[in-house]
Amino acid sequence: MSRYLIWVMSWLFIVVMLVIPLVLVLTEALRNGFLASMKTLYTPDALAAIWLTIRVTVVAIIINTFFGTLAAWVLSRFRFVGRQTLLVLVELPLSISPVVSGLLWLLLFGAQGWFGPFLERWNIHIAFATSGIILATLFVTLPYVVRTLIPVMEIQGRETEEVAVLAGAGFWRILWSVTLPSIPEALISGILLTTARALGEFGAVSVVSGHIPGETETMPLRIEDLYNGYQSVGAFTMATLLAIMAMLTVLLRTAPDWACYLWKKDP
Amino acid sequence: MRQFFFALFQSGHKQILPGFRFSITATLLWTGFLIVFPLSTLLIKPWQDGFGTMLSALHDGRMFAALWFSFSCAILAAICNIPFGLMLAWALVRAQLPGQRIADALIDLPLALPTAVTGITLATLYSTHGWLGAPLSQLGITASYGRLGVILALMFVGLPFVVRAVEPVLRTLPHDLEEAAMLLGASPRQIFMRVILTPLLPALITGFGLSFARGIGEYGSVIFIAGNQPFKSEIAPLLIVVRLQEFDYTGATAVALILLAISLLALFLVGLIHRRFSLWNEPA
Repeated sequence: MSRYLIWVMSWLFIVVMLVIPLVLVLTEALRNGFLASMKTLYTPDALAAIWLTIRVTVVAIIINTFFGTLAAWVLSRFRFVGRQTLLVLVELPLSISPVVSGLLWLLLFGAQGWFGPFLERWNIHIAFATSGIILATLFVTLPYVVRTLIPVMEIQGRETEEVAVLAGAGFWRILWSVTLPSIPEALISGILLTTARALGEFGAVSVVSGHIPGETETMPLRIEDLYNGYQSVGAFTMATLLAIMAMLTVLLRTAPDWACYLWKKDP
Repeated sequence: MRQFFFALFQSGHKQILPGFRFSITATLLWTGFLIVFPLSTLLIKPWQDGFGTMLSALHDGRMFAALWFSFSCAILAAICNIPFGLMLAWALVRAQLPGQRIADALIDLPLALPTAVTGITLATLYSTHGWLGAPLSQLGITASYGRLGVILALMFVGLPFVVRAVEPVLRTLPHDLEEAAMLLGASPRQIFMRVILTPLLPALITGFGLSFARGIGEYGSVIFIAGNQPFKSEIAPLLIVVRLQEFDYTGATAVALILLAISLLALFLVGLIHRRFSLWNEPA
């Protein structure tokens, strides 16, 4: 009896809190039909926003995966003074409000910031420009690859790698052909988390971007602009596209699980 | 000189694995430029314009109203998430919920959905003409543009933290404990309170803390549904944005510093409580 009550209440809660919002995004986007919503995507500002988001995401993935892997290597394979501090440091962006993460870069490179006026003289713009958006995104997505790699690499142990050293392999060789190939899931999972966060980051980017349509507007910022301009269909179409991109990324992480489940095999 | 510099880091025995120098240098450059360098400005910058400017920035009624609004909403949302999170974790682990796989994937939805999407969706949903807002307003409850809307949005983004904190602990909780308690004559209420809830307490506190820390700094999913009226329904992160638009960097930094301190303190306390409870509670 109590089990059925839990079933009903759980599903009721899931439907009201989680499913209805998801359905609403689609319904609002398709309110005037599929063609009308596609037309809102095919505007210069919308296309520029999509393109900017993709570029920023790619840069964030490349930089944070490269350095994240090196950091995971040094933090999991060596014991050194300051290791604990470094471990705290790489997780710090997760507990900082997105708006504060954006503010940090304005304090450095804004017009009143430490280096803003200096860079201005050389005609380098970081605040209210693409590089500011990239820096803010790098900051908020920094933890994901390191954080997913460290625990897995700790479990993995270093025996195989020590054998590789004795066999004469160098650092890059070991990292590329010994360490990473044995933990592909963790690496991919970290990259996908980075992607999802980079695609959808709003608060941090909003502070540094300056909201110039067609120039410094990423997809989330474009959504805000359209929504505040009462262009509901356009806003929700962009929202649907962004949500599909982000949710596919997250679902890909659990793809191996789902495949096992669908083929009724044990993982 | 270089030898000496790296020797400072190395502790204990000699390592055979290669790449220490290169990867520590890369890591220090990466975290230094992206984290230490920007965070140091947050700590130093506000005092540059003089102690007095900062003090007067801290004496700001609007700031305290915004901080209190964010704080109270985040606390209430985290509290509301505890029973629901516990119920969902229980449904997933123990109650063999039909459609468990789908429910499991849906619970991660708030983490996957970009915050701006969450924001405009919830604002539309709970507006007075929205699917859920209309029935609520007939009951005389205005959900959007006020405290209730903010709490609902923060519940949405915080829910996965509670479920995902409780779930693994619940999975390792042995069934025999409950059976033993039942055989010893404990009532269902006693079993729930003493045998199930007690070992779950650290996990619940962790979930609460994570949900709160996420909620107090949340921006994207909240600004569309909050009324954004100064002194009434303005969240602290929005006040930072407003101050920046007024070119009042000191004011913005003051709010940011307090916000940062609160969320770090919350996470620190959670870690402390968690460790203390875990000593005698966590099943081996």
